[in-house]
Formats: sequence, C-alpha cells, structure tokens
Amino acid sequence: MNESLFINIIIGISIASTPLIFAAIGELLVERSGVLNLGVEGMMIVGALLGFVVQFHTGNPFLAVFAALLGGMAISSIFAFLTQFLLTNQVATGLALTLFGLGFSAFAGRGYTEETIVLIKAIHIPVLSDIPFIGPLVFSMNPLVYLAFFMVYLVWWFLFKTKQGLILRSIGDNHDAAHAIGHNVVRYRFMAILFGGAMAGVGGAFLSLVQVPIWGEDMTAGRGWIALGLVVFASWLPFRIILGAILFGGITVLQLHAQGFDIRISAQYLSMLPYLATILILVSLRIRLKNKTNRTVPNCLGRIFHSTS
Amino acid sequence: MSKVRFSSILKLTVLSTVLAFTSNVSADPVKAAFVYIGPTGDHGWTYAHDEGVKYAKEKLGDDVIMTTIENVAENSDSERVITSLARKNDIVFTTSFGYMNPTVKVAKRYPDVKFEHATGYMLEDNVSVYSARFYEGRHVIGKIAGRMTESNVVGYIASFPIPEVIRGINSAFLAAKSVNPDVQIKVVWVYSWYDPGKEADAANALIAQGADVLMQHTDSTAAMTVAEENGVYAFGQASNMREWGPNAQLTGIINDWGPYYADRIAAVRDGTWSSSDTFAGVQQGMVKFAPMNNNMPTEVKNEAMQAIIDLSMGKIHPFTGPINKQDGSPWLAEGETPPNFPDLLTMDFYVEGIDSQYPN
Amino acid sequence: MIKLIPRVENSKVMILLSPLLAMTLTALTALIIFIFILDDIKVSSVFFTLFVLPLTDSYLFPELLVKAAPLMIIGLGLSIGFRAGIWNIGAEGQYVIGGIAGGAVGLYFYNVEGFWLLPLMAIASILGGMFYASIAAFLRIRYQVNEILVTLMLTYVAVLFLSAMLQGPLRNPAGFNFPESRIFHDSAMLPIIWEGTRLHIGFIVAIILSFVAWFGIKKHMFGMQIKITGSAPRAAKFAGFNDNKTVLYSLLISGGLAGLAGFFEASGPAGQLTPGLPQFYGFTAIIVAFLARLHPIGILFSALLIALSYVGGEEVQIEYNLPSSITQIFQGMLLFYFLACDILIKYKVVLNKTKN
Repeated sequence: MNESLFINIIIGISIASTPLIFAAIGELLVERSGVLNLGVEGMMIVGALLGFVVQFHTGNPFLAVFAALLGGMAISSIFAFLTQFLLTNQVATGLALTLFGLGFSAFAGRGYTEETIVLIKAIHIPVLSDIPFIGPLVFSMNPLVYLAFFMVYLVWWFLFKTKQGLILRSIGDNHDAAHAIGHNVVRYRFMAILFGGAMAGVGGAFLSLVQVPIWGEDMTAGRGWIALGLVVFASWLPFRIILGAILFGGITVLQLHAQGFDIRISAQYLSMLPYLATILILVSLRIRLKNKTNRTVPNCLGRIFHSTS
Repeated sequence: MSKVRFSSILKLTVLSTVLAFTSNVSADPVKAAFVYIGPTGDHGWTYAHDEGVKYAKEKLGDDVIMTTIENVAENSDSERVITSLARKNDIVFTTSFGYMNPTVKVAKRYPDVKFEHATGYMLEDNVSVYSARFYEGRHVIGKIAGRMTESNVVGYIASFPIPEVIRGINSAFLAAKSVNPDVQIKVVWVYSWYDPGKEADAANALIAQGADVLMQHTDSTAAMTVAEENGVYAFGQASNMREWGPNAQLTGIINDWGPYYADRIAAVRDGTWSSSDTFAGVQQGMVKFAPMNNNMPTEVKNEAMQAIIDLSMGKIHPFTGPINKQDGSPWLAEGETPPNFPDLLTMDFYVEGIDSQYPN
Repeated sequence: MIKLIPRVENSKVMILLSPLLAMTLTALTALIIFIFILDDIKVSSVFFTLFVLPLTDSYLFPELLVKAAPLMIIGLGLSIGFRAGIWNIGAEGQYVIGGIAGGAVGLYFYNVEGFWLLPLMAIASILGGMFYASIAAFLRIRYQVNEILVTLMLTYVAVLFLSAMLQGPLRNPAGFNFPESRIFHDSAMLPIIWEGTRLHIGFIVAIILSFVAWFGIKKHMFGMQIKITGSAPRAAKFAGFNDNKTVLYSLLISGGLAGLAGFFEASGPAGQLTPGLPQFYGFTAIIVAFLARLHPIGILFSALLIALSYVGGEEVQIEYNLPSSITQIFQGMLLFYFLACDILIKYKVVLNKTKN
C-alpha cells in the first residue's frame, strides 16, 4: 500500500467517524446524568438541515455550525421538557423525537434539495501541513474533526475533573441521594440533554457541511443509532468513544476499499463486518475486564426522577 | 387458488366494474396516479419520474388530474397504496421494481383500471411494463470514460446486484475498453439506493484507489460533489447534476419518462390504451443526455455524439459479439446481439475483462 | 407555580381520560399546522380522511387491522422484557430472521400440500426469532454485554443476511435474477378471516396472545418475577429470583414473538420474501408497547392507533398531495401528547402560589 493511499484511507475514516464522535459524546454526557435519549437520529437530521440552510443563505461556516448546534438543542428541549417536567418514559419519548425530527426536517427542507453549498474545507497550516506523512495526517484535517476530539476531551474533563461533573455523575448513579443532599437533579439533566442535542446537531451537520454539500431527507441514514451503540460500546468512558467511532467508521470505509481491491468476500458479508466487529470487540473487552466490577454504567439510566419535597 | 379467495375476487370485480362504468360515462379528465419509491427531492430516480409527470401534465393540461405519492416502501404497504389509488383513478403507474407483485395483485381485482409498472416483467391484460435501455446511456459514458481516464481506472458506485445495474456495468466497461484497451473498472457496492454519506465514502475510496472517472448507479448527488471536490470526472445519474459538479460532470444520463407518460395517459383518454411491453432507449428518446461539458476535448465529444447518433438510428448495439463471460465461456458470437429475454433482462454475470468479483 | 403531587393510587378516571385529552391536543395542533400549510383545502375533510375514513371505509378498515397485527404481536413480546428492564431494541432483526426461517420452510416445501405446513413454518419462525434473540441473551448472561447494543447491531446484520439469502438460495429461479423469493404456494399462505380482504389469521392470534399475556402477567410466577426484577432488582434477588433466567426468558419470548410476526407478514400480506420485509415494525412496536404503558390489552389499542396514523396518513397523502413527512410529524406529536398526558394518571397537578 502506498503512502498517499494510506493517508487517503485515514482521512476517509476521520470523515466517516466524526459525526459519530459528536453524536456519541453528547449522548454519553446525557446518559451519565441518568437519562437515555433514543432521539439521536432525529436531532442529527435537524442539525444537518439547519447547518445546510444557514450555510446556503449566509455562506458563513461559523454561523452554520452554530445554527446546527442550536437546532439540535431546540429539538432536544422537547425531550427535556417531556421527560424532566412531565416525567414521560424516556425510551418512548426518544423514539418519538426521532420520528418527529425526521418528519420535521423532511418537511421543512423540501425547498433545499435542489441546492448546493460551499463545503467547510480542511485546514492548511503553512510548514506544518507540508511535513511528509505527519503533515497531512495531523495538521491537515477538517477543523470540525479537531473540534470533535476537543469535545471528547472537554466532556472527560468536565465529568472527571470538575465539581459539577462529579455531581452530574452522582445524579446518574443515584438521583434520590443526590437530591437529598440538595442537588437540582432536573436542572442538571435538562442541561445535559440540551448539550446532547447540540452535539448531535453538529454531528448531523458534519454530514451536510463537510462530507457532502447537499441536503436530502433521511441523509443521516441510521448514524444516530450507531452513535447510541457507541456509548454502550465505550462503557460510558469518553475516550473510548473515539476508539469505537474510529473502529466503526474504519471498518465501514475499509470494506469499501476492500471491494475496490477485490477481496473475494461477498459484499453483503463485508457490509456486516462493522456491526459484527462491534459486538466482538465488546465481548472481548468484557472478557478482559471480567474480574473488575464495572462501575461506569449509570445506575439510574432511564429511570424517572420525581422529587416529592 | 382456493375457492374462498376466488369468489371474493369475483365479487370485487363485479363491484369495481360497475364503479368504473359509471365513472367513465361523463367526459371527465383522466385520473392518473403515480407511486414513488423515494422522495421527489432525491435528484435521481424519483425526481426523474416526477419531472416526467410534470411534463405530461403540461402537455395534457385539463385532460388529466395527477396524483403522486412519494416514499412508498416496497413492502406490503404498497399493495394498500396501489389499491387506494386504483379505487379513484383510471391509470396507475408504479415506478419501482418492488411494486411488481402488488401491482399485479391489485390489477386482478380492478380489471378496468390500467396499470403501468416500471422495470418489471409481469404483463397482464391491464398491466403494461415499461423500462428504459439505460445501458445504452452507459455505452456513451463508457466511451467518454475510456478516453478521459488517465489512470485507466474507472470507479463504479453500484447499488444492488440486479440485472439493470449489471447491464450498466457491463455496457460501460465494454464501451470504455473499445476505446482504451488498458482500462479497468472498479465496482463498489453500497447496498443502498440512497445514502449520500455512504455514496460519498465509496466515491472517496474509489478516488483513493486511483479512479479518476466515476460512474454511479445510486440516486443522490453525493458522488458528483466528491468528484468536483477532488478534481476528477463523473456522470450525472437519472437527471442533470451539473449544479453539483460544474467541472466534474462530463455529461449525464437523463431518464426522460415525460413523453411516455403523456402518451399512455392520452391513450386512456382516447380509449386506445392496451397492455404493452416497452423497453425503450436512445432511439425512442427515453434515454437522453445532459449537455457535454466544454472541458472535454472535441474528439471525445464528437465520438460520444457519434455514438448517440448511432444509437438513435439503431445502427449499433452496446452488446455486440464476440463477447465472453467473465469466466471465459462464450456469450455472444461474432456480430451477434442479445435478445431482451433472457440475456438482457436476467443478466447476472460480468463480461470478460472485468476484474472485480461478481457479487453473490 | 405548578406542582405535581403523586397520587396514592393511579387515577381510574385519568386512565381513560388522558388518551382522549392527548388525541384532542394532537388534533388541535394538527389543525393549526393544516391551517398554516393548506390554503384551499378544507381542513375538516383532511381530518375526516386522517381519523375517520380508515375506521369507516370497507377497504381501509380491514387494512388497518392488517397493519396493526404485527405491531400487537411484537409489542406484546417487548412489553414483557421491558417490564423486567430488558431492552430488546432489535426486535426488527428477530422479525426478519423469523420471516426468513418461516419463509424458507415454506419455499422448501413448495408445491407440497399439507395441513402441517403452516404450523411448521410458524414453529420455524418462532425458533428463528428465539435463536436470534438468544445471542443477545447469551452475551448478556455470560459476558455482561449490554443487550441494547447487541440487538441493535444484529438488526443490521439480519437485514443484510436477508439480502444475501434473496441474492442466493431463496431467490426465485424464474424471477429474472431480482432479489425476491417465489410467491408462496397457496398452502404456505395464511388463511384469510375476512373474505375479500387481506385480514389473516395472525390478527386472531394477536388477540389471543394478548389475553394470554395478560393472564400470564397476573397469575403466573414468571409474570411476578419480571415485574419485580424490573421495578426492584434487589428485592428480586432476595426473593430468590434468578436474574439470568429473567434475561433469557424475556429475550426468548420477545424474540420468538417478533419472529412469528415476521412469518405472518411474509405469509400474509406480502406472500413472498422480498428485501422490503423489514419495515420498522420492530421499532414501531417499542412505541406501541409504551403507549399502552406495557399493558397487554392496552397494546391492542395502541397498535390500532399507530396503524390508524399510517393508513390515514397514506390516504391524506393520496387525497391532498401532502408529503409523507406529514405522517411522521403527526406520529411524533401524537406520541408526545400521549406520553405527556399520562402524567395525569400518576400525579395530581396543583397550582400553589406560595413557594416552600
């Protein structure tokens, strides 16, 4: 394999993985607070539409990404309101959110299927980007790829290095106890859900602002569900999201390359690989961790909290 | 078929005959309905059908009332949708292969309604089938690709291994090879008709592996945009995709269903409709081309234009022997062209010279 | 400010009233949307087409039941697992495998008449669905791997497997090499229970199953076990209930029922195996289960309601040329309101002006 092909594959993997990283890291924080939001797909698609629309009208990528962020937040606020104030079941509300998001974006975006935009380009740093091999791999990625990595770090830092992060985790583990010592469970969870929505929105917008300069209904094509799977895969540990997303995106991209190289396996079975590999890796991780008790699962995940006092 | 079912169908038949009779007495406009597999905004397959519907509406004006329904999945829901349409319309067009059995089932229950099924093969007294010889379009773009590639690698993004897609790959390859003996074709299956992200991933993979001309048999404009970004060439699919690749799009295969739709609806109006089997190509104007890009050398453009002219006069056939199958066994003898059935309509093999393995 | 006070006992009145309130709110919101997007069409007739026509039309009403039947069967199975806190998100995959297994048996005995064929297909489909769900059960029990991820991933695998089967062994030999099976032989088709419609025996099975489940949950030991495991895992352990058994049985039941639904779909309205077999019944059934608050009899009604939104939605699209996304928006809203109004069952809403 020659060098430029290798670099191309890595860039391809980064493009396929980044939407998953954004959506999954947002959902990770949400789940750490004890909330399970299955509406990731719906929030992503709304972000994809809004990012595209704003980029189309303004041509300003900062505004476009910001709009996607706000869009994801806005639609997640429906979920937050219903689950936190009206105490609805989270699984069902999340599914409803996905339905609603897909329908809303398809309807609102009807006028934009004929349009195209200027993509957000990869950066080029003089000198650094020109270093052979290292340059293209480390210093010439898309700015949103770096942002995704930074968000993972930020979530890790927030969860494990700040007081608020500690509180959020304790709420996820035992909301009654956290409430008893005076923490505002609903407020923390509300904020976490909005953050999850914002990240899903940006992840969706990555598809329409970086990967392809088009908008089409259902263009997220199930990536929100994969992101949900990645959170579990990562055992709710932020940095493992990167690992999982790269593995998943990597196998997706590599199976396309394998077809190009004509590796003699049926394409259907090759296409199964990303899903089967995710399960296998998960099992092997568990085997290795077998003797350690797993303390990363938020105990209150999906449970409804209501304070009586 | 069991007795119970038969008698129930008979009842419905009588009922619908009466209904159809009463509705045909007055000189009402023809009611035509169209079932779409995707959204009209896909800019591929469904978009092209919808453009055809608009054309027919413009042409027939007040003589026709159009109903379209989009995003109808190819499952048991489609039978209900087709039935609902059959109850209210004079002619129903079902525009995807997967509607075949539901269409035939419903047609049996509504013998006075006309049905037109795209890309299938089941003909009935009140069911026509129609399809286009897209492989003729692939022949033209194959020639262009063979000339334009410098790396001698043409990338092909394919959806599902069905005869129509296989015909396209074989036709494009043979045409490319006829002008460039060193050309190779790399096929990547994405197992989706519409997934912009995955289509873009496939386009990127093919470009990374050296392809400098892309073809696609998927519906979105994603591959075209990737080609434009990477400075390689591509061809529009089903519609003119110039806007997404002003430099990349050399030309495009355009599915022009409009005249056919206008004709068939007019035939219902005039009472001349009868079941027919249409497999039309460049000659009949069902397969057309987007304007040739000016960045192509004149010789290449002329050669492509010549191929289009030859096809439209029926002078050439994209599959003209001698052609062997991929495993070396003979398919067509010197000068032989294949019949529609079974060779073209059931094609499930690559021709000799294609490196990729046939998906199965 | 508004305060929620838990009721000592679920309000019987609200159990009936809250769905009505939700429907009213949905209708009101839909009204506003329709007034906004429709210029020259009578909103009242859109409403009629959407809500009433599918219930009164002699063709659409049986179709409504056809659409509801698989949702009922899958929803029932899922509700049992959900009660125990077992999150089988991949019923869609088990449904597909069940459909393949049942269909494969039917195709193997093509042209063979026999009363035993349909039962054999049913058993194959149930076993197929059970087997597929048991992978998740095994991994959860043996390696503590979360079943949400495994069932979800296996759904994608099942869909690709279906595609591979239809490209290979199950492909119609006379089908022009399209990825579809043959149309099933008459003896492999489900009996029709309403002459002239597609309504098949699967609907009756769905009704029977829901009563069996209702009875089972009330009376049977396993019903108690899952209920307690779901609501109070520690108490369940003290009571000596085996957690692994709960995981295994709930996944086997939901998988088996999903598989059965796949067979009903293939041998009923579809009549053959096609790539269109998966149609999100597995996911939609999750919503159905929750709309019914996991109650077996409630599931009958919630499945009908969701089916109504599909069938009515199609009619509205046909009649008024509205995009299909309207149906999705509408379903989403319906669910939001239903879930929100349920709060009135468990809580009293009171206004108190003084903050404590």
